[in-house]
Amino acid sequence: MGLKLEGYAGSGTFAHGIHPSDHKALSKDAAIRVMPTPDTVVLSLHQNIGGPCEPLVKSRQAVVWGELIGKGSSFVSSTLHASVPGIVQRPMRVTLANGRHMDTLPIKTQGEVPSDRELWDEIFGGDWPTTGLEAYEPALISRDINDGGLVGLGGAAFPTHVKITPSDKKPIHTLIVNGCECEPYLTSDYRLMLEAPAPIITGALLAGRSVGAKRIVIGVEDNKMPAIEVLRKATDGTGIRIAVVKTKYPQGSEKHLIQAVIKRQVPLGGLPSDVGVAMSNVGTMAAVARAVIHKKPLTHRIISVTGGGIAEPSNVLAPIGVSFGELVDFCGGLRPDAARMVAGGPMMGFAFANPNTPVTKGTSGLTVMTRDEVKAGEETACVRCGKCVDVCPMKLVPTKIAMASRHRDISLSRRYNIMACFECGSCAYTCPARIPLVQLIRAGKALVAAAGRS
Amino acid sequence: MTTEKQLNMQDSQVKPIDETRPTAPVIHVSPSPHLAQSTTSTRRMMVDVLVALVPVVAMSLFVFRGYALFQLAVCLGGSLAAELLFVKMRGRPSTLKDFSAIVTGIILAMSLPGTAPWYVGLIAAFVAVGIGKIIFGGLGMNLFNPAMVGRAFVMISFAGALAASGFEDVRSAVDAVSQATPMNAYKMNGVVAPLAHLFWGTTNGSLGETSALACLLGGLYLIVRRTVSWEIPAGLLLAVLVIGGVADLAGPADGWTVLHHILGGSLLFGAFFIATDPVTSPLTPRGKFIFGLGVGMLIMLLRLFSGYPEGVMFAVLLMNAVTPLINRWAIPVPFGEQ
Ligand code: SF4
Ligand code: SF4
Repeated sequence: MGLKLEGYAGSGTFAHGIHPSDHKALSKDAAIRVMPTPDTVVLSLHQNIGGPCEPLVKSRQAVVWGELIGKGSSFVSSTLHASVPGIVQRPMRVTLANGRHMDTLPIKTQGEVPSDRELWDEIFGGDWPTTGLEAYEPALISRDINDGGLVGLGGAAFPTHVKITPSDKKPIHTLIVNGCECEPYLTSDYRLMLEAPAPIITGALLAGRSVGAKRIVIGVEDNKMPAIEVLRKATDGTGIRIAVVKTKYPQGSEKHLIQAVIKRQVPLGGLPSDVGVAMSNVGTMAAVARAVIHKKPLTHRIISVTGGGIAEPSNVLAPIGVSFGELVDFCGGLRPDAARMVAGGPMMGFAFANPNTPVTKGTSGLTVMTRDEVKAGEETACVRCGKCVDVCPMKLVPTKIAMASRHRDISLSRRYNIMACFECGSCAYTCPARIPLVQLIRAGKALVAAAGRS
Repeated sequence: MTTEKQLNMQDSQVKPIDETRPTAPVIHVSPSPHLAQSTTSTRRMMVDVLVALVPVVAMSLFVFRGYALFQLAVCLGGSLAAELLFVKMRGRPSTLKDFSAIVTGIILAMSLPGTAPWYVGLIAAFVAVGIGKIIFGGLGMNLFNPAMVGRAFVMISFAGALAASGFEDVRSAVDAVSQATPMNAYKMNGVVAPLAHLFWGTTNGSLGETSALACLLGGLYLIVRRTVSWEIPAGLLLAVLVIGGVADLAGPADGWTVLHHILGGSLLFGAFFIATDPVTSPLTPRGKFIFGLGVGMLIMLLRLFSGYPEGVMFAVLLMNAVTPLINRWAIPVPFGEQ
């Protein structure tokens, strides 16, 4: 075993984790479809981890596609752009899929909208240079990324310019581009790698240049061989390597991909930069290329609309701010046995019920699960089998943390490193007693955080 | 998107659900993860144990005939009745569905001699389920292995019926029962049973613990199914091998070897079916291994230095008592701090 990649010490995998069936067959062969511009979009002023942005436009103001409409006030925040041309409406408060209530800027579409073909060409088409990139200054690349409103498109939505920036304090040796897409069902990154590898590679070269990385590697799970072939061809001569890692959940987690590729552990509470790594998702890289080369902001993204509860599972290029309901309609509507809509994948995604909920920059997919799939098993007492321990990729003892949380025992949950849990869901997936471990741990974390503040 | 359509989708949330024939989507929310492994459940684990017990039970029926049937009936009936009764007394919903009472009943029967009188099995079953499990708060809360609690209780109360001689019934038509148990024959008279007899299980002893082959088959099934963790039997056997090996080298060459220790006297039954009870053993792989080592060491200490020829029961109960300590002690180092 191992990566068989010279200079990379990783074994191609990490300890623990789970092997859920991936259900990717539903949408993996569905070529990306461009969604016609909707009548309205609702743009949350809070699209990312970190601070929200301040609106820069007034209601009734006309904006063009890509116009700057919001700007963050702190470093860890991002900018926001109109994803359609039109008229800004009165700000309103909306509940996002993750349950947070956020101020939004709705825009009513008006004026000329590009055709599907034009939109695709505008975003992914044209030439993507792999040479001559020395012309782009590392610091300016980072500035363009900020101006383009880029956040991590893999789901975490961390502002990209905070990661992709030259830093003297923590020198970066390796840029790892994350193409794992380990969540079951989702295929948006896979389709992007297949259909538009060129901007990913240009973006990776630019990002690598910005952080001063000596080498760039794209990590892809081995259940995506066609994408790996395409990337191999496309990276030929660029110096970028492809790390084929084992398919296992949560391989796409930053820390676990770093372990699998370079065999370094990011310390608890630390960041990839602590081990000299910068990491970003493939979709983000394509957006970087566009922001730096064409100075165009992030206004659209690819979303997998999939699951047994959706009539025509698809991969859709859609504007940020479109409602999930419209995505559903575009994909043939819900099947009668649809039972749960999840923003993102089934392991870490957020369930929501209101079809008006808007898509944000971090929305990698909409997974609609069926009644049979979400039928809750009966919860029994913990039989202390230790299966949750055996699968936890952070090597925690989930049952102990969950029970400590249930009994509101903050010091005990701290002793079991509750804050190291990143809520991947592997433990709850595996538990034969069907204990809602993640839910309990989440509650416990809130207690710990509250205790830390007081 | 028309607002009419949106309204429809929301409307559907409040429509009464036709469970049999879904006609419209009904959307519910719930925290992540939204997937669960459908192949695991508490009941499934118990069913696995029952499947694994099949060779053991079959062997006991073959060797002990009516004695085995009788003891199984008594213990199963007893533990099911006890579960029903005690759960009802505590006003809890019935827990028979999780099958754990059945598992306890069978394991208890398999650890008793077929010749024990009916009230011994019955009392053991009531103590196992009532004191061993329900009093602690039911499945998952108990500190001690229920079947072993029951067995220990009758062993102390009815010393005669369960002492070495209790296993024998010289007038019996069933061959095995008319002999002394191999462990006892050795302890008392220095008679060494042939290894092959221990392996196939054609010797006297508690019902389930005589055939090493049957225990191995069931045990391997449990490990392959990952219903029990290999760390416990591995640690246990390792400890027995090492201590037994040293004893072989140091002690009198009387023909009773470390292999006799492993194949005889309920050791394999204990290693695969008793010590592996998840509830009363540690959570982490390292903790499990330590637990197995501890059980194995105690078994050998008891066998070599005490009057109890078999030792598995007390070894397991003692290690059950230190399980919470092991758990606290074997907190794994989280990823990122290694
Ligand atoms: S997997 Fe579930 S039943 Fe097993 S120890 Fe963990 S919480 Fe308990
Ligand atoms: S405890 Fe947290 S990190 Fe570990 S498996 Fe459960 S959700 Fe994942």
